[in-house]
Parts: sequence; structure tokens; C-alpha cells
Amino acid sequence: MTKEELKRAIIEQILEIAPDVDESEIDPDANIQRSLEIDSFDFLKILTSLNEKVGIEVPEADYAKVDTVEHMAEYFSKHL
Amino acid sequence: MSKFLMPSLGADMESAILMEWLVKEGDRVSKGQIIAEVETSKGVIEIEVFEDGIVEKLLVKEESECKVGEPLAIIASDEKKPLHVEEKHESKQPVVQETKEEQIVSEPPKPTALHVEQEARLKISPAARKKAGETGADLSKFDPNDGVVQLSKIEAASTTEQEEPTKIESKSDTHIEKNSGMRQAIATAMSRSNAEIPHYYLSTSINMTPALKYLEELNKKRSIKDRILPVAILIRAVVLSLKEVPELNGFWQNNSHQISKEIHPGIAIALRKGGLITPALLNADIMTIDDTMNSLSDLITRTRGGKLRSTEMTSQTITITNLGDLGVESVFGVIYPPQLAVVGLGAIIDSPWAEGDALCVRKVMRATLAGDHRATDGRTGGVFLDRLNHYLQNPKELL
Repeated sequence: MTKEELKRAIIEQILEIAPDVDESEIDPDANIQRSLEIDSFDFLKILTSLNEKVGIEVPEADYAKVDTVEHMAEYFSKHL
Repeated sequence: MSKFLMPSLGADMESAILMEWLVKEGDRVSKGQIIAEVETSKGVIEIEVFEDGIVEKLLVKEESECKVGEPLAIIASDEKKPLHVEEKHESKQPVVQETKEEQIVSEPPKPTALHVEQEARLKISPAARKKAGETGADLSKFDPNDGVVQLSKIEAASTTEQEEPTKIESKSDTHIEKNSGMRQAIATAMSRSNAEIPHYYLSTSINMTPALKYLEELNKKRSIKDRILPVAILIRAVVLSLKEVPELNGFWQNNSHQISKEIHPGIAIALRKGGLITPALLNADIMTIDDTMNSLSDLITRTRGGKLRSTEMTSQTITITNLGDLGVESVFGVIYPPQLAVVGLGAIIDSPWAEGDALCVRKVMRATLAGDHRATDGRTGGVFLDRLNHYLQNPKELL
């Protein structure tokens, strides 16, 4: 998967878990939880479903490295 | 034979719309079975029946507005009556034996596992249902197996269906309208609380480093889908502390202090587009940490999808509000009547912390308690916060 494809997959998961978020609200450089009002539960759900799709498991200690769509895609592409 | 009444789904509810009957006349129903869905300002709630029997007559039509206490159906007693048919829990509050000033009450409907599976029926979010009502979208077109129908699906359907674009409201209008009902309901309940309940407030700082380290170790061995979030251990610690300080778990009713044996904490859950619901995490006292995490996850999903059950809206024995995700340091709650207390949990923040003679940095959380002074005082609340601190310093005891 390219980084662009990863970004697409991440955005799709966000929209799936938080259906009331509008795609236009998602800024790839903004903190996902704060900017979209996604709580720790929904954030974990997003990571869980991405784990199923992409196969990458983000350990808790690395949460700070996946705080934005951009960072998450970068993290995934490094660990693919 | 008994009448099935529109339950009060919270101190602030006056009426609701009966959206859908899930049973028909002649059906046999069993205690705890969901027999109807009603729409309130807090979304769609599934209403459970509190006795076994046969639905003799449905008294109101679907999509009609009914006041709290209005008869909705007549349930004829089952021929095969169980031996003790005394427990007719028509009222939503726990049954109380009038004795002395402090009583132990036993909660009515235990969530039943024997909830009969219904044939697949359409799940639809409150906002979507409302929109469908306004636009007249045909709900039968949606396949119940496709998951919850969200607002966007209805909007998509109505734009393709309708040639009259002027009828379609913008998304934001719907939200404003939806919010104002809920805001008003919350305001009514909270004004009543502030006017009637003499609150006292306590606050304490808790070193969360031991609990978080323990959790980190635990999660390392687990796959991502079995991971436990800090909020689950916090709830678990509150529940265990309440077992030791039961005076805070229950109700102030009829001028008396009633302690509930069961612990059903109402968890404040924010709806992303505004508003707040505090459904009960039923029987949290008999859960393990994994049960707590799973039930919480399920409760949050159903709250946001508009699929709560009536017992979850009426059984709360205390409220827990956790604003940690938003970075708020401490939250001083307003008690939801007739409950006795509200526990507030703030963000876990790196802070300077004195340990012995040394100053170090620790993960610190501020926990607060607002209590009803008619029932308890600061000493009781202080013991509770002390126990909470104890459990979080000894996280092994939380499993």
C-alpha cells in the first residue's frame, strides 16, 4: 500500500466509526481526537479496524506517533 | 392483567413518541423483553416489559406522542404463572420498603439474558429517523442487515427521491433542533438539582503512574482488540470503592436516604454533535475489568447509535463523568436527582509530585466528588476518595 492509499484507508475508518464526521472536516495535519471530538474509545476502534485491514498493530507506547492522519499513514508505511 | 405504561426515562421526561411496536396482539412476552421503541429527546430507547404475559391489546398507534404514565398496552397474565408473581415493577424506580431512615433497596429488573432474539429489524439513528419523518423517506427500502441507518443514508435517499429540494433542510438546522430538546431537558434536571440538593464538593489528586504502568504491562500481552483503556480501570476503581462506601450509591427519595445494593453507574457519554446521555452500566459490581471494558464499549456504541434500553435509562445509582479526553483538569458535577452523588474524573496530566523528600514527575489525575448533604457529608465522601486512591495505587486489586 502506498502512503496515499493508507491515508485513504485511515480516513475511511474515521468516517465509519464516527459517521457524523464530514470528510471535509478531516485535516490530515490536525490531532484526530481533538479536532474531530473522537474519544479514546473511538480512537481505539479506529486502530482496531485498521489493524484488521492493514495488519499493523500500534502499541500503546506509540499512540503519540499516530495522532494525525498524516503521522498515522507515515507510521503505517514504515511498519508495513 | 395489567397495563403497560409509558415509563419515565429520566426525571426530565414528560412524553415520548411511540415509534414502533415490536410485538403484536396475541404475542407471548417475557420479563425483560423489548416490546417497543420510543423516541425521546435523548434518542430512540428500547422499552422492556416487566412481567411475563400475553399482549392482549395495543392501546396506542405507532408514531403517536404519549405522556409518561399513559397506558400503552394491556398485558394479560400468563396462564402458567410463576409462583411469585408479586414483583410487578411498573414504576421505574427501585422498590423501597418503608422502614427506617436508611434502607437497602433491591433494584427491579435485572438485565435478562433471555431476551428473545427478534427477527432482523431496521436500526436507525435518532437523527436519521427524524430526518426520515420530515422527508417522508421510505424506511422499508433499507435492509436491516446493512447495519444502522445513519443520517447520511436518509439524506442520500431523500435527495434522489424528492424533486422538491426546498423541503430539504440543511444538516446544521437538524442538529440545532435536535440539540435544543436535549439541552432543555438537561437544563430542567440540573436546575432542579441545584435548587433542591445541598451539594458538597471534594477534590483529590491521585498518582496514576502505578495504575497506568500496570495497564501498559497488561496491554502489552494483549492484541489490540482486547486492550483495556484507562477509563475502564477508573470505573472499576469507583465501583470497588462504592462497595466499601455504599452510602453514596442510591437515592434520596421521600425524604429518606435509600442505599442501592446493586451498583449501576450512569456513565456520562457525550454525543459528538452535542448533548449528553448518562446510561447505566448495569451491574458493574459483578464485572471483571474485561467485562467492564466490553460493556462500556457496547454501551458507548449503542448510545451513539441511538439504541439504549429503558432499564439503562432508569437504573442509574450514581453518575461518573470523565472529561479526561478533553484535557480538563477537574470536573465538579451536578447531581442527577434522585441520585446521591456524582464522581468527576479529570485528565491524566504529567505533574510535579512529591514522593518522600524528592520531587518527581508523575501522571496525576484529579478526582472529585459532589455529594448530597442531606444523605451524607464530607467525611463519607472523603472515605470514598481515599478508597479510590487506594485501588489506583494497588491496581492488581482491580482485576
